[in-house]
Amino acid sequence: MAGQQQALHTQSLAELAKGLSKGEFSSRELIETLLSRIEEHDRSLNAFISVTADQALAVADASDKARSKGEAGTLAGLPIVYKDIFCTKGVLTTCGSRILENFVSPYDATVVERLSSAGAVMLGKTNMDEFAMGSSSETSYFGPVRNPWDTVRSPGGSSGGSAAAVAARLTPAGTGTDTGGSIRQPAALTNTVGLKPTYGRVSRYGMVAFASSLDQAGVITRTAEDAAMLLSVMAGFDERDSTSVDHPVPDYVSGLTVSLKELKIGVVRQHFDAGLNEQCAARVKDALNVLEQQGASLIEVDLPNLDLSVPTYYVVAPAECSSNLSRFDGVRFGYRADGAKDLLDLYRRSRGDGFGAEVKRRIMTGTYVLSAGYYDAYYLKAQKVRQLISQDFKNAFEKVDVIAGPTTPTPTFPLGEKTDDPITMYLNDIYTIGANLAGLPGISVPCGFVDDLPVGLQLVGPHFAEETILACAHQYQQLTDWHQRCPEAYQ
Amino acid sequence: MSLSKEQVQHIAALACLQLDEDEFDDIVAKLSSIVDFVDQLQQVPTDDVVPMAHPLDQVQRLRPDVVTETNERDAFQANAPAIQDGFYLVPKVIE
Repeated sequence: MAGQQQALHTQSLAELAKGLSKGEFSSRELIETLLSRIEEHDRSLNAFISVTADQALAVADASDKARSKGEAGTLAGLPIVYKDIFCTKGVLTTCGSRILENFVSPYDATVVERLSSAGAVMLGKTNMDEFAMGSSSETSYFGPVRNPWDTVRSPGGSSGGSAAAVAARLTPAGTGTDTGGSIRQPAALTNTVGLKPTYGRVSRYGMVAFASSLDQAGVITRTAEDAAMLLSVMAGFDERDSTSVDHPVPDYVSGLTVSLKELKIGVVRQHFDAGLNEQCAARVKDALNVLEQQGASLIEVDLPNLDLSVPTYYVVAPAECSSNLSRFDGVRFGYRADGAKDLLDLYRRSRGDGFGAEVKRRIMTGTYVLSAGYYDAYYLKAQKVRQLISQDFKNAFEKVDVIAGPTTPTPTFPLGEKTDDPITMYLNDIYTIGANLAGLPGISVPCGFVDDLPVGLQLVGPHFAEETILACAHQYQQLTDWHQRCPEAYQ
Repeated sequence: MSLSKEQVQHIAALACLQLDEDEFDDIVAKLSSIVDFVDQLQQVPTDDVVPMAHPLDQVQRLRPDVVTETNERDAFQANAPAIQDGFYLVPKVIE
């Protein structure tokens, strides 16, 4: 096939960057290709809330012009989509909620600002669970996102729009946020790579807040290499986020080829207990063997409090959400109910109509666990158990460099199957929540299929060990081709 | 049901949420199941455990007390449901 170019929509960011710099195609051609794919395919997926076509083409043209003068940033002319939780100046930022249905952000999130300065071109804003509260992308006011591998099934959530768009080759990359698994879980369920960095690694400024001690921004891509490229631009101190950490940012791309020979990989005994689908367990074990063949050693470790991570999370996250979402009052921005009889009635009706059922449940759970007489029994207790869970990881990381295991207990599930039972839905996140509670970086990488549905391998590292988990994921992808598989209708 | 209808009404009032009558029973049932689920934490011995305040054991960073923001009232109020003369309008509070 000498001389024949690989279709633009199938290429990774790294491949596209090379093609652009060699002049094989222009950013306009690339962006037009993807915009027409979005137009053709998004009807079947509902992955986008807004498509910013005119703006994207203008930025692409400006990028082509700058390149012709020899000026090109690291991501010049490359496409990206933003989960609709990231504020984008002059563009609708809904967070998947009726209460922000008409909210046009007056400023850019730091993540958006940094990616834009590096030259990235925004194609649009992606659908998500309302306020990122969900594991299936079904709680969106704008309707559920569908999984390109089987459109009657969920792509996972909450960053399901970005994951579905990347999986269906509508974009090579998208941003996400991860409070309990919202990047890694949809990545696993859509055959994509999802990276959640260390807490504080990427600025949360301009990211609509859900649970501030857990929230972290990251990316969904098809390769670990692309995730490394994006993280190198997104990471770093930001004085506008009080939880941002002032810690040096390495060049994550050059770290990808570090040898795995001496690497000690922890395999968690509790991961393979009853809740894990047997075939998923088999795929994950195959992946571990691939890493072992590269010279890494597999060492059994324990996370004895793994089972407590979900109940701990469902105290801490709702408590923080009830506090963060008190800002939505129908006065300064967002939806306002008509015909309120007084100010309190205005608040209550605007919030009652503006929030969906799951968001209301979480606000009320949080209000309850923080209310007089219950704070010690629930919130304080949960913060103590969180300490135990975090300590379990510290103990494990004294013996190993990374922990590897399943990202989710099962492959994806049909839309509507779990919406009526919050607890079953919450248990989807059993393997991912621990990293949020302990503030650790984690990545999910495609590791095979069960009944034609994708399965993810999760790698979790100590604080600021993004380089290690990215290297591990990258080298695994050099030896496997799961991530190159594309759902048939979207090739 | 671990939560009564009255308790849920109280929580809704504290959270400033108007709930429709027809969604009420469902909310009581689901909130009760969530509370029952998180109640398993009560069984965990944590007597000598220090509650976790921050994933990286960091303290809140402070900044010098100087003005850094410019006035962007017009831009911000462009998103407000009702304004007049630079003020946000709400239903009458004082008779």
